Parts: sequence; structure tokens; C-alpha cells
Amino acid sequence: MSGPAPDVYRLRPEDPLPDGDRGSKILAPLRTEGARGVAIAVVSTIVVFGIIVVAVLNSSGWPLIKEAFFDGEIFAEAFPKIVEKFWRNVFIFVVAEVFVLIVAMIVAVLRSLRGPVFFPLRALAAAYTDLFRAIPTILVIFLLGFGAPALQIKGVPNSDVFWAIVALVLVYSAYVAEVYRAGIESVHPSQVASARALGLSRRKTLRFVVLPQAVRRVIPPLLNDFIGLQKDSALVVVLGYQEGLRTAQIIQSENFDFTPYVALALVYIVITIPQARFVDWLVERDRKRRQAAVGV
Amino acid sequence: MSASTKALSVEGLHKSFDGLEVLKGIDLEMNEHEVVGLIGASGSGKSTLLRCVNLLEPVDRGRILIEGEEITAHGVDVNRIRQRVGIVFQAFNLFPHMSVLRNVTLGPVEALGMSKADAEARADELLGRFGLLDKRDDYPDRLSGGQQQRVAIVRALAMRPDIMLLDEVTSALDPELVAEVLNVIRELAEGGMTMVIATHEMGFARDIAKRICFLDEGVILEEGPPDRMFSAPSNERTRQFLQSIIDAGRM
Repeated sequence: MSGPAPDVYRLRPEDPLPDGDRGSKILAPLRTEGARGVAIAVVSTIVVFGIIVVAVLNSSGWPLIKEAFFDGEIFAEAFPKIVEKFWRNVFIFVVAEVFVLIVAMIVAVLRSLRGPVFFPLRALAAAYTDLFRAIPTILVIFLLGFGAPALQIKGVPNSDVFWAIVALVLVYSAYVAEVYRAGIESVHPSQVASARALGLSRRKTLRFVVLPQAVRRVIPPLLNDFIGLQKDSALVVVLGYQEGLRTAQIIQSENFDFTPYVALALVYIVITIPQARFVDWLVERDRKRRQAAVGV
Repeated sequence: MSASTKALSVEGLHKSFDGLEVLKGIDLEMNEHEVVGLIGASGSGKSTLLRCVNLLEPVDRGRILIEGEEITAHGVDVNRIRQRVGIVFQAFNLFPHMSVLRNVTLGPVEALGMSKADAEARADELLGRFGLLDKRDDYPDRLSGGQQQRVAIVRALAMRPDIMLLDEVTSALDPELVAEVLNVIRELAEGGMTMVIATHEMGFARDIAKRICFLDEGVILEEGPPDRMFSAPSNERTRQFLQSIIDAGRM
């Protein structure tokens, strides 16, 4: 090894030394190691995926698969139509999500109430979550989507979409209520004690101390359930409502080709990944704000 | 207020957890501006006694009076009582999702109904007094243990309590951070705050308390002025306890 010692840690001599007074000597060699590691990862990835792609494209079945699932012309025709109708799914799941957030919170709070007076409410909330987590979503959609409009209740919409949203809200609120409840129970009792010691009422303790901490902690699992809900918005297809999946189905049957389904799958992937990154960012922002900076 | 009205009276206090009797008849009287040091082994009931006085634990038998008002009576508004009784815990228990300022103003705004501006002015004054003003917008996790505990004390003080209960407030701190917290408590004592201090810091208790109570197996076994309690305790168990503290090098 030649040159002054710190140069060893730099990729090139002209690179500035890593800044920060703490840990630079520990981190710097790792950086070099990291750069080499990245290079190795890139090369090996290209090689492996290259082999897979070449193998797939040269396999005897590939032309058939390509025609059935990845037909460029059909994709170009189907994609805009699917996206147009997919907005109906977006409407369904966004409205459902707003209600799920509210209904699930009410159920979770009811289940967290202490004291014998609240037993009926607790029991009701528990029965609700047990019931709606047990019944398959598609069954609830059948029951409400076909059954409820037949009742012709005054003042209640008869539309497929309305009842589909009700069904999704009922099912997903049961899941999300449990997520909230886990969050509420994860807040340490000493937090409640110290709020109550200040003379805050139970209600205010819940509102200012317990729920804000609980909700922050459950954001990642909450997203999990919301992605499930977004995908299950496709179940509305069973009511004959023309949303994304129904549109893909129609184009598929016109062409005897499955490319429209692939196009719809792509739409779901495209909307889901940004949400996952958004939640990562939220969690990270909260962590950074709360926790100590390096060296503090 | 008549001359005989005590800042705090505890009469025949009993408290059990799941059949295990933790407090077996506590009697304690305190005058205004008095500082009482509560010593005793872990599990002797110090924390439970303080939690009962704050009504964080329901009392099984006996009475507690603050400024002559029986707080253990039926139908008493527990929130109003707790506003008058400040408590500081061993583990700080600050609200991690709130800034220091909001930790301190939450009680005055939401329990006392003060305006946000008034509460913040009060918080700033207290934070300034204890050298924490530059931390007002920080979150608790960014503070050292000593700073967190001082904020917890400020949070309790912001309610302008009649009496402060300190539950082993330095036990969770690194040794080098103990002094800054003790200094705050000393300042409060000099300011005339009525306090009950449960502590393992015997030197500090001796220094600051007018009276030391030795709690043993749920009763106050012996009490008296610190000079006599620490140099010539009359009870054999008190002697044993103090000896164990000396042996551990904690005095």
C-alpha cells in the first residue's frame, strides 16, 4: 500500500474524504467495499437475467406465450380502455378506504373500552370483527350486491356500486379494526398513566396520547389492508358492473387473447408500488423527526 | 384554611393487588411546604403509596385528604384532584409524539382549559427556569435522560400543583445525569413546594427532606428528622436497611 493512510479508503485520490467527525474511519472502507459490491451485483444480475431472457425467448413455446399474453397490438388497444374503466375501481376503493378508516376506528375504540358498563358494546364490536373476517369478501358482495337492492329500502341507493362499497367497507373495517386495536394495545400503560396523572379525562387521553401513537405504528399494516382492498375492488365484476376487470374480460373474449388481463395486472402494479414507497417515506420521516440525530 | 389543615393526610391506607397486600395501614401527615423523604427497599410500597395519592390506583380502605378535602370519597372528580397533585415517574413517561413544548402545555390546555398562548407562556417561563428553553421544539427522544426527566418535572409543574410526588425520579438515569435532576428538585424545595420524594439517593434525602419515613412491608415503620433517622434509627429493621445501603456504597 502506498500513499498516506486515508487514501486507502478513497476510491480515487482526488475524491474528498468522507465528511463527518464521527465514524468516518469506520464507514470509509465500507464505502469502497460497497462500491465494489454494487459493481459485482450489477454484473451478476445482468448475466443471470440475460441468461433467463435468452432461454425464454429461444424456448419452443415462447411464440405461443407471446401471442396469448403479450400481444403488442391488443395491448395498445386494450390498455387505454382498461385504464378508463379502472377509474371506476379507483372511485370504489377510495370511497371505501375513507369509510374503512372511520368505521374501523370506531370499532377498535369500542373494543378497547374498559369497564362492565361497556360490555355490550365490546361484545358487539368483537362479534362484528369475528363475523366479517370469517365470511369471504365475494360472498358479502353477492349477499349485499344482489340481496340488498331486492329489499327496495326507501332512501337507500339501489346501485351495484353503492352496495359493493358497503360490502368492502364492512369486510375491510373488520380487518383494519384489528390493526388499530393492536396499535392501541401497543401503547404502553405508562403513557396512559402519565396523561391521566395530568388530569386528562379518558376521552382526551385516548385522543391526544393513545390514538396518535397507535395510528403511527400501524401505518405499514394499514397499507397492507388497503392494497388488499384495492385488489378486491375487482370483485365488483361479479355484479356485472363494468369496471377494469370486466373491460379486460370483454376485450379478451373479443380477441381470444389474454393480453388485456396482463394490461390490467400492470395497472394494479403501477398504482401499488408508489403507495408502498410513500408509506416507507412517511415512516422514515416520523422516525427521523422523533429520534436522535447522529452524535446527539 | 384552619391552622390544623394539613397539605396531605393519609389515614389507615390499605391497598392490595390480587390478594397481595402492598399497603397495610399507612398514616402520614404533611404540612404545607414540607418535604418528606420516603425510603425503603424495592417492593416496600413507596410507588404504590404515591400512585394512590394521585388516584392512579383505587384505594381499598382508609382515606386520603388534600388540603382537608377527602379525595378518596365517592363522587369526587378524579381529574380535578389529579390537576392538584403532580407526579413524576421513574421512567419519565414523556409523550414521544409531541414536542417538549406540547408535552408541557397539553395538561394546562386540555385539562385546565387554558388558552394555548397562556399555556405556552407558562411553559416557556418554566423551561427557561430549568435551562430547557432551547429544547422546547425538540422531541423527547432527542434529549438525554436528565433533560427528559427535567421536562417531566416541568410538565407536572405547569399544572401548578399543590403537592408534587416524585417516584424514584433519578433511578433510571446514568450517574452523571443525576445531579442536574436533583438540583431541580432542590430548587423546588427551596421555593416551598410541598413534596413527597421516594428515593434511593440517601444523601439527597438527608439533605433536602425535613422528615424521613422508612417504609417496610407496607407500613411506615419509623419516621423522624433526617439527622436522627440516618445516624441513630431506633428500629432494628431501619438499621438493617441503612446498613445494606452503606454496604452497597450508596451513601
